Amino acid sequence: MKLARLIEFLRNRLKTVVRVCLALLALLVLLDAIPGLVDKEPAHTTAEHFPGFWSLFGFIGCGVLIIVSKWFGHAGIMQREDYYDR
Amino acid sequence: MIGDFWVHPSLILILGALLLPLVPARLKRGWLLLVPLLVFARIWTMSKGDFGAVFFLDWVLTFGRVDALSHVFGYIMGLMCVVATLYGLHVKEDAQHIAAWVYVAGSLGVIYAGDLLTLFVFWELMALSSVFLIWFRRRPQSLGAGFRYLLVHLTGGVALLAGIILHSQATGGNLAFTTFDVAHPTPAAWLILIGFILNAAVPPLHAWLPDAYGEATFNGSIFLCAFTTKTAVYALCRGFPGMEILVPLGVAMALYGVVYAVLENDCRRLLAYHIISQVGYMVAGVGLGTQMAINGACAHAFAHILYKGLLFMGCGAVLHMTGESKFTALGGLWKKMPWTFVFTLIGGLSISAFPLFSGFVSKSMIVAAGFEQHRLWVGFLLMLASVGTFLHTGLKVPYFIWFGKSHCQPETWERAKEPPWNMTAAMVIASVLCIFIGCYTPYLYQLLPDPQAAQAFHPYTSYHLSETLQLLLFTAVGFFLLLKKLEPTPTISLDLDSFYRTGGRAFLWLARKPVPFVDNCVGEIYRALGLVPLMLTSRLVGVFDNRVIDGVVDGFASTIRGVGSRLRAAQRGSVQENLTLVFAVGILLILALLYLF
Repeated sequence: MKLARLIEFLRNRLKTVVRVCLALLALLVLLDAIPGLVDKEPAHTTAEHFPGFWSLFGFIGCGVLIIVSKWFGHAGIMQREDYYDR
Repeated sequence: MIGDFWVHPSLILILGALLLPLVPARLKRGWLLLVPLLVFARIWTMSKGDFGAVFFLDWVLTFGRVDALSHVFGYIMGLMCVVATLYGLHVKEDAQHIAAWVYVAGSLGVIYAGDLLTLFVFWELMALSSVFLIWFRRRPQSLGAGFRYLLVHLTGGVALLAGIILHSQATGGNLAFTTFDVAHPTPAAWLILIGFILNAAVPPLHAWLPDAYGEATFNGSIFLCAFTTKTAVYALCRGFPGMEILVPLGVAMALYGVVYAVLENDCRRLLAYHIISQVGYMVAGVGLGTQMAINGACAHAFAHILYKGLLFMGCGAVLHMTGESKFTALGGLWKKMPWTFVFTLIGGLSISAFPLFSGFVSKSMIVAAGFEQHRLWVGFLLMLASVGTFLHTGLKVPYFIWFGKSHCQPETWERAKEPPWNMTAAMVIASVLCIFIGCYTPYLYQLLPDPQAAQAFHPYTSYHLSETLQLLLFTAVGFFLLLKKLEPTPTISLDLDSFYRTGGRAFLWLARKPVPFVDNCVGEIYRALGLVPLMLTSRLVGVFDNRVIDGVVDGFASTIRGVGSRLRAAQRGSVQENLTLVFAVGILLILALLYLF
C-alpha cells in the first residue's frame, strides 16, 4: 500500500514536516503584507488591512471556540454515556 | 414529456423501489444502479415549465414546477441518489433500499411541487420513509431514536398543515407555493415557516438531527444528511427570501453546531452538528435575501450535499468496517484505511472552504453577501464558524480517527481495512466532484437561480485566497497547540432533546408514582366520605323500612282485615235481599226528604 508508506515516510520526518509548515505559515503572512501581491480592496473594515489580520482571527477564534465550548460542556452539558439509560 | 404525460422523477424511483423485491438476485445490483441513473437522466433532460397539473376536489395540484431554483436542487439530489445508492450497493436487505428511494422520491416531490398541498404530502412521505433508515440499524437505542425523529417531524408537519389550511382560507383556496409576504408575515406564514425551519434544524428545533443521524445505518446517514435539511433550505429559498429573522437564526445555528462539535465524541454526531452549522450559512443566506445571497445558499446546499455525503461516507466506512464510531474507541487507523482517510480529508477540506475545494466557491458567496450589505457581524461571525468547521471536520475528525493515540480494541484493529469497492467508488466520485466544483466554477454557477450574477462573482481573488489560507492554517496551529484540550472523552452532550427525552421519563414516573398515589387517595376519600355514610344511611333506611313502613303497611292490612271481618258479620243473605233492603232504605230516605222540603 503506497499511500500508507507515504504517510509513514512523513511521520518519520515529523520535525521536518512541522518546520516546513511553519515556514509556509510565515511566508503566508509575509505575502499578505505585500500590497502589490494581495490587493486589499475587497476588505470591508480597516482592521482587515492589517497584515496577518486573518491569521490572528483564525488563531484567536480557534482558541476562543475551544475554551468557551469546553467551559460550556463542563457546565453540565457533558454527561456520562448512560445518562439517558439510568 | 411522453405525450401528455409528464414523467415525475419520483415516480421512477417509487416504481423502481416497488419492483426491487421482484428483481432476480443476480440482476439486483444492476437494478440498484439503473434506477437512480434513470432518475438523474430524467432530471437532467427536463425542460423548464409547469407540468403534471392534476385537478383534485377544488384545487389544481402541480406536481412538476421546473424552474432554475427547483432544477439546481433536483439536479444535486438526483446525483446524490446515484452516489449514495452505489455506496450501499452491497446491502442485501431490499427494504433498506426501498426506504431510501421512497425518501428521495419524497424530497424530489417537494422540490418540484408547485402547490402547498402537494408539498405537504411529499413532506410527510419523507419523514415516514426516512425513519426506517434509523430503525434498520436495529440497535436497542435505534427504535427510540427513530420514534423521537418521527414524533418531532410529525409535529412539524402538523404546524405546516395548520399553516397551509389558514393560508388557503385567507387566500380563498389559492394553494400555489410562491414567496410569502416576508415584511408582514401572517400567522399562516409563521406556521409554515415553523414547519420549514424544523426540517432545516434551526435551533431550538434542531435536536432531532444529531439524535437521528448519529443512530442511522452506515449508508442511511448518507441519504439522511443530504435530503431533509436541503429540501427545507429549498422551501425557505422559495417561500421566505429576505425574511429578516432568518439572518440571526442562521448565524446562531452556524455557531451552535460548532460549539457542540467540540464536545462530541461520536464522529457521526459531530458531522451531524456540522450539518446544523453549515445549514446555518444557507439559512442566513436566505434571510439576507439578495441575489448573491440566494445564489450562495443554493450553491452551498449543492456543495454541501456532496461534501457532507463524502464525510459521512468516510465515517460510515469506518463504522461499517470496525463497528465503532466513537473517537474514544478509534485512532491510528492510517495504516489500515489510508484511502478512506484521504477521501474524508477531501470532504473536510471542502466543508472548510479550502481553496480548490467546493466549499471555497460556495460559502464565500454568502459571507460576501453579508459583508456587502454592511452587516459586519454576520460576516465576521460566519468567518468564526468557518474556523470551527475546519477545526473539527478538517482536523479533529481525521486526526482522532486516523492519527492520534489508538484507542482501538484488538478486534476493532483486526477488523479495520479499506471498505468494499462500491463504497470506495462512491467516495471517489464524491471527492472528484468536490474538487471539480472547487476548480471549475462555471459548472456550479451556471446551475444557480441567477447564473449571470453568479458568473460575475469571482472567488479566486488574491485577497480571498490570502484571507482563507491564513484563517484556516492558523486554525490548524491553534488546534495542535490545544490538542490536549480536544482529547476525546467518553461523554455525551445534553442538547435540547433532553427536554423531551427526560420529559418522557418524567411522564413515566408521573404514571408510576404520583398518579397511583392520587388514585389511592381518591379511593380512600371516596370510601371514607362516600361509602361509609352511604352504608349508614342504607342501614337507617332499612330500619325505617322495617319499623315504620312495614308497621304502617301491616297496620293497614290488619285494619282492613278487621273491617272485612266485621262487614262479613253484617252480611246476612243473598245479594237480592241486600239490594232490596238498600233500595227500600234509599226510597224511604228520598220520600222523607221530599216530605220534609
